[in-house]
Amino acid sequence: MSTATAPVGPGVGSDHLAHVADPTTAAPRRGESGRHGIRKPLGVLARIVLCLVFGLPLLFMFVSSFKPDLQIFGDLGSWKAFLPVGDISTDNYTGVFGRVPFAQFMTNSVIITVVTVVLGIVVNSMAAFALSRIGFRGAGAVLGIILATLIVPFETLALPLLWWSNKLPFLGPDGFTEGWLDTYQVQIVPFIANAFSIFLFYQYFDSIPKELDEAAKVDGAGWWRIYRNIVMPLSGPAVATVAILTFLPMWNQYLWPLMAVQTEELRPVMVGIDYFKQLNTSWGQIMAYASMITAPVLILFVAFQRSFINSIASSGVKG
Amino acid sequence: MTTITAAENASAVTGRKREPVKGSRSSTTTALLMLLPAGILLITFLLIPIGLTFGLAFTNARLISPRPAEFIGVDNFVRLFADDTFWASLRNTIIFAAVIVPVQSACALGLALLVNVKMRGTNFFRTVYFLPVVTSMVVVSMLWLFMYQKNGLINQVLLKFGIDGPDWLGDPHTALLAIILMSAWQAMGFHMVIWLSGLQTIPGELYEAAELDGAGNWEKFRYVTWPGLRATRTFILITITISAFALFTQVNIMTQGGPLDSTSTVVLMAVRTGFQQQQTGYASAISLVFFVLVLAVTLVNRYVTRDKDAR
Repeated sequence: MSTATAPVGPGVGSDHLAHVADPTTAAPRRGESGRHGIRKPLGVLARIVLCLVFGLPLLFMFVSSFKPDLQIFGDLGSWKAFLPVGDISTDNYTGVFGRVPFAQFMTNSVIITVVTVVLGIVVNSMAAFALSRIGFRGAGAVLGIILATLIVPFETLALPLLWWSNKLPFLGPDGFTEGWLDTYQVQIVPFIANAFSIFLFYQYFDSIPKELDEAAKVDGAGWWRIYRNIVMPLSGPAVATVAILTFLPMWNQYLWPLMAVQTEELRPVMVGIDYFKQLNTSWGQIMAYASMITAPVLILFVAFQRSFINSIASSGVKG
Repeated sequence: MTTITAAENASAVTGRKREPVKGSRSSTTTALLMLLPAGILLITFLLIPIGLTFGLAFTNARLISPRPAEFIGVDNFVRLFADDTFWASLRNTIIFAAVIVPVQSACALGLALLVNVKMRGTNFFRTVYFLPVVTSMVVVSMLWLFMYQKNGLINQVLLKFGIDGPDWLGDPHTALLAIILMSAWQAMGFHMVIWLSGLQTIPGELYEAAELDGAGNWEKFRYVTWPGLRATRTFILITITISAFALFTQVNIMTQGGPLDSTSTVVLMAVRTGFQQQQTGYASAISLVFFVLVLAVTLVNRYVTRDKDAR
């Protein structure tokens, strides 16, 4: 994607880059806003209506998770659908734990997401460091190939990758085994190296003055130390962006674990929702399950709101 | 074509910065070592699968089979092009993309303009519009599956306005529309943020100059905002199109492609054949068609939105 639009005019491009380099600029600059705003009363009304459109369904989900099924349907016709009134209890939550191994699903998702995020930061930043700050003959070509792969959606590779994963050898505690299906690693390893993360780090590293490297080298530091003690500590915003942009899709992953993992003990939370559709449907329990798997992300989002928005904004930097 | 321009771009950048390093051999060794983990992983899980998509499409490979795959020429494609479900899936995928690309990008731009103003509570509104983006598509699909029921939340709300809503997902005429609406609802905040970051790259002086020339809101949008968003526009068009073509989760959870194939998609079909029926070769052929489609659309998109002022 970036490759498709990379060679835009220098003005626009560098403006965009500036946004990654300095996340504070990604916040709206007050001075220039409001120039094409809709006049006040109408604008406020529009904002509030939109707020209801985007917010109410999620509010409905949380509220309904505390109601018995009969009442969920009974409340649909009035505002009570969005209010925690009537027969409120945590029965649905108890029900979820009785129906699926929820703690196991949650643990799996946390393991898969955290490991991928952490290893992704290390592996991709190292690659970007090599390409951006050390450089070598052919580094440009390597970066070009990496960028070109951004146009390939994961969905086109999923089926061949599934077949391929079944052939891969793995050196584990039992020696060499063939086939990665039904394991943790099949949910983690393919997603560690990421072309877009490398690109984001590359861009950020480029904005850090090279003089720092020179100064460190005079002091006898090697590349590894420059990477670890100078460049990485200065790259907080890039690390945050990559962490968030890895975390969201990993937590929300559905297609891949649906196919690659059949063992219940290894399944992540998103695939777990299918359990509630197969047996007799209890909507209250579905809402409780949905609330529990959404809550961690919402809490992180509210806590790190600015970083979340900035990372998404910087994913548009590609243009 | 994309590869070449990207490579040129990249080498221009690295070429510039290579001079301070005195090209020492140990530097190159370190660089290659640091590149190694990502390199191995990208080759194993990206480049090889890309190659496999092309290779397996011409074989009868099965997901789990003791027998090695055999080359069968274009048989998979012959079978695919004779398959009605494939054409229905392709049609649905294209309709989905053709509707959601303009609708979602336009609405997201509207949202961005709305929250790009200095006003109390703007940040709150922006956060709320963004909430569906951080909610997983799986959760959103389940939630809307409930809301779309014949006597569900949406029809109850419509009833308040005297509208007798359809059986959204049960009727072949409305099922795809229902999926389009909820998909747009989920992803709009994402593109709002990208439009916003585009809006903020437009220098304020341009608006001041336009105001001096007596431009109204519409003129300012038409002659300052719109041209200023050219790069953002290309990016948004391409990302929405690609994610639209990859439509799977919503359909798998809400309709399984039904009723009567009215919501079947290319990726859903690939998963059905390649995973449930274990026909990897056939699924690869579908993936290949899908890939060519994405590539074609990206190139056309790029051509249409190319820099017309470039000399």
